[in-house]
Amino acid sequence: MLYSPKPMHIPDGFLSFTVSIVCWVITVITLSIAISRSNKSLGERQVPLMGVMAAFIFATQMINFPVAGGTSGHLLGGALAAITLGPWAGMLVMTAVIAVQGLLFQDGGLLVMGANILNMGLVTVAIGYGLYRGVSMGSRTLKLTVAGIAAWLSVMAGALLVSLQLWLSGTSQLQIVIPAMLTVHALIGLGEALITVAALTFIFQTRPDLIGKNSPSSKGSRGWVVAGILISLAVVLLSPLASVNPDGLNRVAADLGFINTAHTRTGPLAGYVVPFLQSVSLSKIASGAIGLTVVGVIILLLGQGMKAKS
Amino acid sequence: MHFDAFDRYHETESFLHRLDPRVKVVVTVAFILSNALLPDGAWVAFGFSWLFLLLANTLSNLGIGFTFKRSLVALPFALIAITILFSMPGKPLTSFHFLIWDFTITDVGLLRFVSILIRSWLSVQMAILLVSVARFPDLVHALEHLRVPAILTTIIAFLYRYLFVLADEVFRLMRARESRSAAAPGQRSGRSVAWRAEVAGHMAGQLFLRSYERSDRVYNAMLARGYAGHLETINPHELRRRDYLTVALVLLVILIFQVVGRL
Repeated sequence: MLYSPKPMHIPDGFLSFTVSIVCWVITVITLSIAISRSNKSLGERQVPLMGVMAAFIFATQMINFPVAGGTSGHLLGGALAAITLGPWAGMLVMTAVIAVQGLLFQDGGLLVMGANILNMGLVTVAIGYGLYRGVSMGSRTLKLTVAGIAAWLSVMAGALLVSLQLWLSGTSQLQIVIPAMLTVHALIGLGEALITVAALTFIFQTRPDLIGKNSPSSKGSRGWVVAGILISLAVVLLSPLASVNPDGLNRVAADLGFINTAHTRTGPLAGYVVPFLQSVSLSKIASGAIGLTVVGVIILLLGQGMKAKS
Repeated sequence: MHFDAFDRYHETESFLHRLDPRVKVVVTVAFILSNALLPDGAWVAFGFSWLFLLLANTLSNLGIGFTFKRSLVALPFALIAITILFSMPGKPLTSFHFLIWDFTITDVGLLRFVSILIRSWLSVQMAILLVSVARFPDLVHALEHLRVPAILTTIIAFLYRYLFVLADEVFRLMRARESRSAAAPGQRSGRSVAWRAEVAGHMAGQLFLRSYERSDRVYNAMLARGYAGHLETINPHELRRRDYLTVALVLLVILIFQVVGRL
C-alpha cells in the first residue's frame, strides 16, 4: 500500500456548513498573510525548495515504526516543518501536503479542507515554531526538549480542534469525543515528539548550518513566541476544562448560537436562525448578509494575495 | 518507482474527460456543498444526488459502479459520529445494555447519524471521480485559474512531481532498516519503542537532508531547462460552450436538489 489514510483528516459530511466556512475563513486569512510575507522574503529559488520540502513532509509521513499490537506510529510533521523551514514557509508547505492528501487520496474532504489545514497545518506550525523560537538562543539540549514538547502539544492542539469542530457541527458529543480524541492523540503525540527530536538531533549533528543560529528558520519575529505560548496555554487550559465540565462549554456554545439543543436542521447558518434576532424574516436577511460578507472577504483576500504576488 | 505511481487518473475517452478541468473542480465542489447544505433526513434529495452521481459515473465511461468500489475510505471516521445515535433527545427506538452502560437509540439520533454517513459517502465518491477524470497537473492548473494563489499551486505542483522520487528514498531507507533488523524466530528485533521511534526519527532527518540537497539540484536543472518561476502546460485550457452549459445545468440541478430537500 503506497498510501494509507492518516488519523485526524476529517472527511466531507462530518462538519456542518457553518463550521466548515468559519474554518475556511480563518485558514484563508492566515494563509494570505503567510503568502504575502513569503513573497516578500523568499527569492524565486525558494519556491522549488518549498515544493520539494512539501514532498519531504508527505514522504516522511510514510516512515513508521512498530509500537505494539500491530499498530504503528508515524509523523504528522507540523512542528518539524515549522522548525526546519520557518513559520510562514512551514504553513504553506503543510497546506500543500493536506491539499494533495485531500485532492488526490480523498484523505480529508474538500469542503472541510479549511478545517483540516487549520488543525494540522496552521496551529501545529504556530505552536511548533513559537515555542522553539522562544529558546532559539538556548543550548542544544534545551532546544531539543522544547521541540519535543512543542511537537506533542501540536498534536494535542490538532486533536482538540477536531473535537471542538465535530461537536460544534453536532456530529459528536463533547463528553465523549474530547476524552477519546485526547487520549488517543496523547499517545500519537509521543511518537511525534520522539521522531521530531530524533530528526532534529540528526540534522544538528550533520548540517547544523540548516537549523542553527543564522538559518532562515531562526529569523521569525518574536511575535511567534507570544502566539505559540498563547495557543499552547489555550490547549493546556481548555482540554481539562472540556473533559471535566462539558456542560459549561455546551452552554457557552448555545449562548453563542453555535448549537441549538436539538440539531433537527443543520442548514447554512443553522437553518437561517441567527440568535438574538427573533423575527424570522430579519434573521434570514442577516444570514444572507453574513454569508455574502464571508464570501466577499474571501474574494478580497485572494485578490490581495494575487496582487502581492505580482 | 514510476512517475505516476500515485496518480488516480484513468485514461479513457469520455464526456467528463473532455470537460475543462475548471468545470470539473467547480461541479465537484458544488455537489459536495449541496450535500452539506441538505437538511437531515432529506431522503428524496439524497436519492436524487445519488442518481446524479451514478449519471456522472456513466458519463465518465468508467462504469456505473466505479466510485462505489473505493467509496468506503471515509467509513472508519464514522466511528466518531456514532455517539450521536445515543445523545440526541427524541423518541427512543431501541435500547440495549453493554457492560455497565445503558444505550438508547433515539429517532432523532438515528436520523442524524444516517444523514451524516450519506453526505460523507456521496461527497467522497464525487471527489474520487474528480481525480479519476482529470490529470493532477491539469487540476493544479485549474486551481490556478480559479484564483488559488500561484505560490500555493506551484508548491503543490512540485510536491506532486517529486513525491515519487522521495517515496523511493523512503522505501530505500525502510529496506535498509528491515535488512538490519533480522531476528531469530520467536524473538523480537530491536529494542524499546522509544528506540524504534528514534531510528524512525533518524530516517526522517536523513530524508530531510537528502530532500534539501536534491531541491538544489532540481532548481539548477530547471533553470538549465528554462524555468522562469512559472510552470507551463501544453494542454489547452479554454472554456467552450459545452463547459458553460455543463456548469449552468449542474448548478440548476443542484438548486432543484436543495428545493426538494427543503419541501
